[in-house]
Amino acid sequence: MTEESFEPKIVGFLCNWCSYAGADLAGTSRTKYKPNVRVIRVMCSGRVDPLFVLKAFEKGADGVLIAGCHPGDCHYMSGNYKTRRRMELMRRMLEQFGINPERLRLEWVSAAEGARFAHVVNDMTEKIRELGPSPINGGATDE
Amino acid sequence: MSKPKIAFYWAGSCGGCEVAVVDLGEKIYDVVDAFDIVFWPVAIDTKYDDIRNLEDGEIEVCFFNGCIRNEENEEIARLLRQKSKVMIAFGSCSHLGGIPGLGNLSSRDETLDYVYRKTPVFGNEDGTMPCTTCVKDGNTIDLPALRTEVSALDDVVDVDYYIPGCPPPLPVIEGAVAALMSGELPRKGAVLSTEKTVCDECDKEKRKKMVGKARRIYDDDVDTSLCLLEQGIPCMGPATRGGCKAACPSANMPCTGCMGPPPASQEQGSRMVTAITSLIAVENEREATAEEVAEALASLRDPVGFFYMYSLPTSFLKRRYNDE
Repeated sequence: MTEESFEPKIVGFLCNWCSYAGADLAGTSRTKYKPNVRVIRVMCSGRVDPLFVLKAFEKGADGVLIAGCHPGDCHYMSGNYKTRRRMELMRRMLEQFGINPERLRLEWVSAAEGARFAHVVNDMTEKIRELGPSPINGGATDE
Repeated sequence: MSKPKIAFYWAGSCGGCEVAVVDLGEKIYDVVDAFDIVFWPVAIDTKYDDIRNLEDGEIEVCFFNGCIRNEENEEIARLLRQKSKVMIAFGSCSHLGGIPGLGNLSSRDETLDYVYRKTPVFGNEDGTMPCTTCVKDGNTIDLPALRTEVSALDDVVDVDYYIPGCPPPLPVIEGAVAALMSGELPRKGAVLSTEKTVCDECDKEKRKKMVGKARRIYDDDVDTSLCLLEQGIPCMGPATRGGCKAACPSANMPCTGCMGPPPASQEQGSRMVTAITSLIAVENEREATAEEVAEALASLRDPVGFFYMYSLPTSFLKRRYNDE
């Protein structure tokens, strides 16, 4: 794939109560944003098993976005705190695997932040575009 | 009537699995009574040609230990698969890739360079490096090349059953041998051990308590009657299949995960991330910044090396990548 035609594939796990509603708001407000995120709705960002992240990368995702309620706002009280710990550890592990940790991004998006959701998606898409295609599966090995 | 034939082979392994077979003690006589051992490089004088001369499927059961590290391992794995009715991956290396599987975090060239040039205790002033062809007294000797990646056995051949462990614990081997001799085998692809986790078999008291940061086993005042993980000592128990009767935690050493992932999980690392991050959290987390959260978790050293100590080649990501 050439540099110009590379369109990042990003898998987005959005929590039902805040971020999915935020994405919905972006839609109903007719905010234009990049079409690169494939959204998967989960009940809570805490539902995102680290396995989902690895599976997404294994299946060819160039980036994984997890969006949940702001700290203190979790519908289930503490799900987003657990996610923050998990994803911090996952980012360190990706680094050990030689994968740029910026490919995994955790963001807080409330139900009122449609514009912020659009900004996050646009920003992440451009950052991943700069990084290029994921090296996993078919990508360059170090030999 | 001739007895059914069995074979043992070691590929990229340390020899510990062979010792585990010998650990059967007098029970090995039952095996010898029932089977004819046609191939066992560590114990009897047999050659690869002895195997090549057999009919396809003539060996009833092959116990294969060790990972696939070089071309010879791969070639013999294919040969033994062809000659055996039942192929059993014996021990962590053939089951999951094993400790040699951590070699996938370095490239082949990096590994060779470190081992032959940079290891401080290795005197190699001429810079001699291993090569695949060598001429000596007019004869050419071919040597197997190191593969670019370490693989588990089922990456190169079809495997019927797995006997987990590093090395497999005696009760697990006995159970597998008993199942083989009775002919009552489970479905193909089964791991011949319990369905439970190491935590289920561990009798340390669990209090569901959280800690502020990870510690090492040698740090200080570890209460050996309590769960090690809940005291901040990384222990692979929740992400590891049992069958070993929690041998390591019982001896006050944390589990390192040799039995592989439990049936409910597909790989150990992600399972362990979930487990350990539900225990290690900075105090007053609700007021903590992302940096403070990161700092608490930074106390956990080398997560990939620990969580995937035995299973890197069979994990989702399998190896190190180069993401410029």
